[in-house]
Amino acid sequence: MQRYLPVADPKIDLRAEIKLANRRLLRILVLVSIGMFGFGFALWPLYTIFCEATGFGGRGVQEVAAEDLKQYQNQREITIRFDATVNSGLNWKFKPVQTSKTVKLGEISQTSYTAANLADQAVIGHAVFNVAPPEASLYFVKTECFCFTEQLLEEGERKEMPVTFYISPDLPDDIGNITLSYTFFENVPATLALNEKLATDKFNDLNTNTLTTNDT
Amino acid sequence: MPTTTHEDHHDHKPQGFLNRWVFSTNHKDIGTLYLVFALLMFFIGGSMAMIIRAELFMPGMQLVQPEFFNQMTTVHALVMVFGAVMPAFVGFANWMIPLMIGAPDMALPRMNNWSFWILPFAFSMLVSTLFMDGGAPAGGWTLYPPLVLQTGSSFIFAMFAIHMLGISSIMGAINVIATILNMRAPGMTLLRMPLFVWTWLITAFLLIAVMPVLAGAVTMLITDRFFLTSFFNAAGGGDPVLFQHIFWFFGHPEVYIMILPAFGIISEIIPTFARKPLFGYTSMVYASASIAFLSFIVWAHHMFTVGMPLGGEIYFMLATMMISIPTGVKVFNWISTMWRGSMTFETPMLFALGFVVLFTIGGFSGLMLAIVPADFQYHDTYFVVAHFHYVLVTGSVFALMAGTYYWLPKWTGHMYNERLGKWHFWLSVVFVNLLFFPQHYLGLAGMPRRIPDYSPQFADFNMLSSIGGFAFGLTQFMFVYIVWKCVRGGETATSRVWEGARGLEWTVASPAPFHTFETPPDIDDSMVAHGDHL
Ligand code: HEM
Ligand SMILES: [Cu+2]
Repeated sequence: MQRYLPVADPKIDLRAEIKLANRRLLRILVLVSIGMFGFGFALWPLYTIFCEATGFGGRGVQEVAAEDLKQYQNQREITIRFDATVNSGLNWKFKPVQTSKTVKLGEISQTSYTAANLADQAVIGHAVFNVAPPEASLYFVKTECFCFTEQLLEEGERKEMPVTFYISPDLPDDIGNITLSYTFFENVPATLALNEKLATDKFNDLNTNTLTTNDT
Repeated sequence: MPTTTHEDHHDHKPQGFLNRWVFSTNHKDIGTLYLVFALLMFFIGGSMAMIIRAELFMPGMQLVQPEFFNQMTTVHALVMVFGAVMPAFVGFANWMIPLMIGAPDMALPRMNNWSFWILPFAFSMLVSTLFMDGGAPAGGWTLYPPLVLQTGSSFIFAMFAIHMLGISSIMGAINVIATILNMRAPGMTLLRMPLFVWTWLITAFLLIAVMPVLAGAVTMLITDRFFLTSFFNAAGGGDPVLFQHIFWFFGHPEVYIMILPAFGIISEIIPTFARKPLFGYTSMVYASASIAFLSFIVWAHHMFTVGMPLGGEIYFMLATMMISIPTGVKVFNWISTMWRGSMTFETPMLFALGFVVLFTIGGFSGLMLAIVPADFQYHDTYFVVAHFHYVLVTGSVFALMAGTYYWLPKWTGHMYNERLGKWHFWLSVVFVNLLFFPQHYLGLAGMPRRIPDYSPQFADFNMLSSIGGFAFGLTQFMFVYIVWKCVRGGETATSRVWEGARGLEWTVASPAPFHTFETPPDIDDSMVAHGDHL
């Protein structure tokens, strides 16, 4: 680092030298700040990696096609609890058909949830899930789930939606039961687009009808 | 006689208000600006605290609407953290660092001017959100989504204000680092620097490391709200818990940003009034550096209850508790410095002693909070409120008061009124404990924080706390009066001011001339700050 040095030669301009050193340090430290700004954003992929490794946030759950399943025999039993929440922005009723179920490890089981649209228009919803305890999500395998796609419910419609899953026999022994929880959110842009389209379709229908009546 | 004209020329200040203050590049004037601004913010934030304590004086809703109450807790915290405590320490850095290391000014004087003048604009914007449609942000200073995203039209103004504060802090920090690394007088080696300079150097690195991370988090909030990204939006595949991780990655180092310079001030004052060198100077330096390092790896102790893997809880518990080791070293060294010293108890020393005792209480409640199973009960209760007010008010703010009384004669050339100063200390110390100590009990009994009403069993302690709050608030007008009187006049101060004072700042006249150390001073050991070193 540059510092005042007692120099014998008065022709050396210390001030200019220090100014230069200050500029250099300024550049370095500004770059460090920009780097740390980037690091803030890098925490997003790092957090995703962390979640996938630990199963945190339900991110360990695997999706497997039904035909790729293996067969397992004589595994222990475990209780799965089913939980449902609706985000306050969505006017739906959403419930599990059964609140818990005892299954054998490795065995395919099915359960279902029901959703009913209480709003006075069609709404597209999107379900997000989580698994507790988090490490259990690493052993949770789904072959079919309503959370894989967006769900469209017409005004007043009620729908039963299946989930097919199994728990891997590698599940650690200290996990005695697992909770599978869903929260339904409204997909706002999709719902808006849908209802706009419905409105224009209706408008066009009306117009065509009037035209045809006039013709005859 | 030529000398007088030379002196006059030497002390030549820019003429006119604009030139002197608005365009100032002088470290002393900018330091003064920072300090005055911080004091103003202290009173603005303080008046919000008075509204909070008035509403909590009795159970039931008496004075304000719940939404407004929540705006008060949020804006009070933002103003105190970013407007009062941080700028006050930057003010001390501006005034004292060049004087302590024998430099003529800060390294980058124009940037210094800029970093100060951003602040009034940022805070006008932040405070103006109170008058906007839907009011100021009300989701707490921690800005957790999704709640903060529901703020009314003031959201973007508050976020932009935080961005500006961040930029100001980063520029201030760069300036401090460049000054300390490049501008030291010959002979002022790193391990001869006063501890205040050391702690500020470390603080500046913390600032550069974490303020940009906060800026990143705020930017993500903005894009989530306006550009339909889903960083923190569960419906779109994001996770609100991620925000908490990013925020506290900034937030925990931030609390050390607010306490390390305080450690530095206390380490200057205690040796002066104990008339002994600082015990364990080098261990103080290493303790500060390890506190700073550890502060990066403990952040999740603020989020034990979000549902972390068990291994994570245990790791963050143990890492957090480890911080109390270097902190303990510091407290031990302060006490050893006083051991068998010839102590006198002028106001700066009283505040410093108050700091040592009361900050340590805050450290102990911090340790209690670090115990995971206990924190499940304490989290989001008044126990947390008591903890951080002990470390921040009787810690950081007491250190700021101590430092003001200590260097005020150097700044103004006059002695302050010692009798009033002592009154200010004793009233403050009694009322601040009346204000915050009962909050420990409230928290242990389960009273949640950030709630405008409470059930009747909490009534007595809340009333005591409110009375302490009003009295503490009123007492601070004494501080303004004492400082004002001291600026205007008073007994003339000598250059050394205090019998036991050591360090380069005491070798210049009082008040410190407008320009100092234009030529680097010759340093001998008797001028170097307290340290049993070398
Ligand atoms: C021995 C040192 C310390 C330990 C072990 C410690 C521990 C903790 C813990 C575990 C919490 C979280 C409590 C909860 O929310 O449930 C907390 C909160 C807090 N601490 Fe400390 N702390 C220490 C020192 C400090 C210092 C020096 C400061 C500031 C100068 C500070 C400021 C805060 C603040 C502001 C909060 C509350 C943040 C919020 O939720 O709004 N702490 N502390
Ligand atoms: Cu912390």
